[in-house]
Amino acid sequence: MALLTTENVGIAFGGLQAVGHFDIALEENELVGLIGPNGAGKTTIFNLLTGVYQPTEGQIYFQGKKINGKKPAEIVGLGMARTFQNIRLFKNLTVIDNIKIAFQKELKYSALSAILRLPAYWQQEKVVEDKAIDLLGLFHMEEDAHKLAKNLPYGKQRKLEICRALATNPKLLLLDEPAAGMNPQETRELMETIGFVRDNFHLTILLIEHDMNLVMGICERLIVIDYGMIIAKGTPEEIKNNKQVIKAYLGS
Amino acid sequence: MERKNFQKNYLINFIAVLFLFGIIVMSLQMKLINNYYQGLLIIAGINIMAASSLNLAAGYMGQLALGHAGFMAIGAYTAALIGLHTNLPVMAKLIVGIGCGGVMAGLFGVLIGIPALRLRGDYLGIVTLGFGEIIRIALYNLPFTGGAAGLKKIPKLINLPILFVILVLVISFLFLFVRSRHGRALLSIKEDEIAAESVGVPTIYYKVYGFAVSAFLAGVAGGCLAYFQRALDPNKFKFMLSVEFFIIVVLGGMGSFTGTILAGLFLAFINEFLYEVDELRLVIYAVLLIVVMIFKPSGLLGNREFSLTASGRWLKRKLTEKK
Ligand SMILES: Nc1ncnc2c1ncn2[C@@H]1O[C@H](COP(=O)(O)OP(=O)(O)OP(=O)(O)O)[C@@H](O)[C@H]1O
Ligand SMILES: [Mg+2]
Repeated sequence: MALLTTENVGIAFGGLQAVGHFDIALEENELVGLIGPNGAGKTTIFNLLTGVYQPTEGQIYFQGKKINGKKPAEIVGLGMARTFQNIRLFKNLTVIDNIKIAFQKELKYSALSAILRLPAYWQQEKVVEDKAIDLLGLFHMEEDAHKLAKNLPYGKQRKLEICRALATNPKLLLLDEPAAGMNPQETRELMETIGFVRDNFHLTILLIEHDMNLVMGICERLIVIDYGMIIAKGTPEEIKNNKQVIKAYLGS
Repeated sequence: MERKNFQKNYLINFIAVLFLFGIIVMSLQMKLINNYYQGLLIIAGINIMAASSLNLAAGYMGQLALGHAGFMAIGAYTAALIGLHTNLPVMAKLIVGIGCGGVMAGLFGVLIGIPALRLRGDYLGIVTLGFGEIIRIALYNLPFTGGAAGLKKIPKLINLPILFVILVLVISFLFLFVRSRHGRALLSIKEDEIAAESVGVPTIYYKVYGFAVSAFLAGVAGGCLAYFQRALDPNKFKFMLSVEFFIIVVLGGMGSFTGTILAGLFLAFINEFLYEVDELRLVIYAVLLIVVMIFKPSGLLGNREFSLTASGRWLKRKLTEKK
């Protein structure tokens, strides 16, 4: 059974059909690229999958369960996490607090045990603290744990956002242009990290990227959209030679 | 930091508070504080309590709540009615009255929070402002609130030491509450609601939760007011009172409870001098706010807290540096 399936999903903003007839199926542990020119509807698709927008048509199934109409936080609880194109960190909080907030499933103590500082509070806080440090370690960011998120350099902010998404313990990770604004060196490193994360956490990853060459390198499968419609699906090889894709990217 | 360090901090703060309590009791006994100043300090304490509760909603959660005088009124009238119509021993009456005042205000917090907290920014401000006024009008017209004359001869159950204890409990509660998973959830909402939701924080739930806790504490402050002043009327809870709480919060720093305490004491102090020129008070408040916005937009302490142990370490470092 596929991890995520969408059936004929679409959304219209007023008269504008931003996305239409969107059908995909993602298998477990796949790394799939979602590409398309500016304004094609890529981010909108992420917003549909994660419950930020409600589709005006079609169904979305995650692990066999229909998730249309659910709130974003509920969908995260089911195992879908994301990052944002324009980084959305909790800027004035420390790096480690950013991650602790994402450990919603881990922390169960009641408000009463928090206020009375009962053992449950200390135990669970300790567990989460250790887990957060471990996660940061994977990205070589342990030393940044107590810095404010807004004081991190850009590349690290992107990594922190991925870290924070991983803290929710997802099965499916949606990355919206994680390499935007990075230099080629940082981008290469990031792509390695993404591959590493996929293998280490046994995740399925759906990756939005502008740069065709970049996704060609690491994705097994690509989905290309233009004007909200899928215009091609296939391996990087197939996509590279697809006439419609070339036309969409080069314009006609 | 480790658990041991925290527990040491808690102990140090506890001893400091105990010490302060001792000073208050002694200076009352030695008549260093007369009744007039005791009254001033009690009012300052009650305002600090109400402003701290507002700081949770506004400073920590980032919600523009302008109706806290309304929650305070609900707490005050509830406590007053319990004080007037029950026959409990003094201590029990105090606890039950103030507790019920808080719970009643908290319930109203949930009730108006559920629809209102879906709104953002200015809209939430307008709705909460309207709520505060509705409560006040209701107090004029309900059969059991005494109308414009209000309630009189409420038992006097609050003095300075008792108020001090309640204030310490409220502030400690807030400190411990915000440094927990719940507090972090509130902070994440202030920082970025969409991001909070995207990492699994049920934002609407936590907004209502935080708002209700805030309303509860405002109700507790109201209960204290009822048991101190012995007479209540709706005009005590005008919109300007909510604004005063907001000014204290902004002056002290959004998200800093120690800032609220300092700003609350400071305002009580200058109010004393402005007593003669009551009409000018609001003008002076406005000037004060403008000055703060120009020179230190984040308020006295920003979102930091004054910490005894950290100041102790700082002092120690300075002293060893000198040698
Ligand atoms: N909330 C909204 N209201 C109205 N129109 C919207 C909304 N969100 C997206 N759109 C429109 O939908 C279309 C697709 O936008 P989207 O952000 O999904 O593109 P994208 O493929 O992510 O582009 P980019 O590569 O620039 O990030 C655009 O025309 C955009 O203006
Ligand atoms: Mg986009």
